[in-house]
Amino acid sequence: MAAPVRNIPVPDLVAALPMPKSGAWADAAREAALERLISMGLPGRRDEYWRWTRPDSLTAVTPALAPILDMGAEQPVFTGLERLKYSFQDGVFTQAPAKLPEGLEITRLAEAGRVDLHWARDYYGVLEARAHDPVARPFAALNTAYATDGLLIRVTGQVTLPVSVIYCHEDPESDARLHHVIRLEPGASLTLLENGPGAARLNTVLEVDMADGASLHHVRAQGRDHGRQAITHIFARLGKESTFKSFTLTVNGRLTRNEAMLWFEGDDAVAHLAGAAMGDGAMGDFHHDDTVFVTHDAVNCESRQVFKKVLLNGATGVFQGKILVREGAQKTDGYQKSQALLLDGDSTFLAKPELEIYADDVACSHGSTSGGINEEALFYLRSRGVPAPIAQDLLVIAFLSDAIDEIEDPAMTEDIVSRLEAWLARRRD
Amino acid sequence: MLEIKDLRVKLEEEDKQILKGVNLSVPAGMVHAIMGPNGSGKSTLSYVLAGREGYEVTGGSATLDDTDLLDMAPEERAAAGLFLAFQYPVEIPGVGNMTFLRTAVNAQRKARGQDELTAAEFLKLIREKAKMLKIDADMLKRPVNVGFSGGEKKRNEILQMAMLEPKMCILDETDSGLDVDAMKLVSQGVNALRSPERSFLVITHYQRLLDHIKPDVVHIMADGRIVKTGGPELALEVEENGYADILSEVA
Repeated sequence: MAAPVRNIPVPDLVAALPMPKSGAWADAAREAALERLISMGLPGRRDEYWRWTRPDSLTAVTPALAPILDMGAEQPVFTGLERLKYSFQDGVFTQAPAKLPEGLEITRLAEAGRVDLHWARDYYGVLEARAHDPVARPFAALNTAYATDGLLIRVTGQVTLPVSVIYCHEDPESDARLHHVIRLEPGASLTLLENGPGAARLNTVLEVDMADGASLHHVRAQGRDHGRQAITHIFARLGKESTFKSFTLTVNGRLTRNEAMLWFEGDDAVAHLAGAAMGDGAMGDFHHDDTVFVTHDAVNCESRQVFKKVLLNGATGVFQGKILVREGAQKTDGYQKSQALLLDGDSTFLAKPELEIYADDVACSHGSTSGGINEEALFYLRSRGVPAPIAQDLLVIAFLSDAIDEIEDPAMTEDIVSRLEAWLARRRD
Repeated sequence: MLEIKDLRVKLEEEDKQILKGVNLSVPAGMVHAIMGPNGSGKSTLSYVLAGREGYEVTGGSATLDDTDLLDMAPEERAAAGLFLAFQYPVEIPGVGNMTFLRTAVNAQRKARGQDELTAAEFLKLIREKAKMLKIDADMLKRPVNVGFSGGEKKRNEILQMAMLEPKMCILDETDSGLDVDAMKLVSQGVNALRSPERSFLVITHYQRLLDHIKPDVVHIMADGRIVKTGGPELALEVEENGYADILSEVA
């Protein structure tokens, strides 16, 4: 583990939190996570990894108020899709499907913790524990120690019906921690959907352990409540020939920090991480941070990062992305793209793309840009009779399309795009 | 239809007068051509009429059916019936050609107080128009002009014109970058749109486009003014002798 950046001691924050006790394997995992947390401390303002995103609202003992957004007649995302629905409201479990298809086994953390021989004991907190090297991720350790619930998903076959986790938010002061574990057995595949704000302050960890030939498709739409704060983590280990694809849509939110850490450990695996974020500071503070770390430790693996942000009226976007290619990870194909469309002069985009390469036969690159709307394209659209605001919105969606194209399922893509269109239309009115 | 009176235009960024008093009148149903050497202000005229930023009108007027064009936003000019076929159509990655056209058609219909076309009505219409211009389904699905050849881009411009059914069409060097076959195709598309209620202003360097799109009147533009006006024979004269003769004769 990396040397702790000397930070805020944790007692204040955790004193108020009850540690769930199960009397079985989970207790030990939680205790170990708490020890990690105490040794690394919470990030402070001078922590390099938190230089552009102030951790204050995440380290505060009580979360800032997040009023519930009135969605009007708009249906939540994924409504039209057939899926296996699990709901959590302000961190509390509310709904599960009656029956699961063949090849899929799901237990809730709150229940499985009591079973001594549960498979998840070999996975819960394991990737999180690894994720602190080289940079400490205290909120992930906090999550492992204090998560109240979550899904433990074991996939043994090719499951076509998506598992859909719905995060409801009804209490403007709620503070929630959910921890999910997915273990994909060799050749297994799954689609995971996540949507909703989940709480005033939501901390999630998703640990994904992928055996050889497994594949996971992940599509997430974060909640649109303006005041909400979210710190999310994806930790994924990729076995040989496995495929991991993840897309996140973020619209609104006072603070969002989406961390992802991937490890390629088997040859010929593929991982794509994409994010489309859009924030209008005039509607409420908007600060969005994508922090990604990809470690290539196998031969001939491909990693893609495509992160796009549309910012205006004082909104801030952050991208910290790193590709680490270890010695021997030849034929690595790593690419990261982080781009911001700044719709006015008030918004800020901060990007730190990093490549660290110890193999000599690799193709790695990054492209980071920020700029305004393409005036030529805007005029062209207007000259065809498209009013300026609609023309601008078309170009906004076009800008985000690189990231949206990473969604594999056309119905989901359409759903996500219609979300964006609705948000833009609402802004225009 | 289109009335331009003593139009004077300078670049916004620098103190450079481009149009120095253009007078032009295109009646309904007529095809007028503007020819002229490079830098004479032909393209500027088309951009100013369409409402592109970067130009400052320092005098004169331009009206479409007695409505002041220069006061309107580009989209309002389009809704009023003006269409500019670009010399260099803009590529817009991420915006599907169909989405673009449907948005444009319905925005114009809305601006004119007409009902928007349903998806089915729109599809039927675009298939019919695209067929004539030999534009296949793939081209309609691709992002606007992205990866299109020069000819495809110009055909796409004419398709937009056909879909939007403007009353005043300005073609800015539509022949540039076209081979003979593409030029025929584009010209057929334009000719199919000719009607007593629709006028055309065809801007070109060369006479060859005017073999296909026959003009009623030809204007020669030089140094920001229309310096000579005549019948189709004027285009032939340019083709034979170049601009030098005409310009020296005017001077």
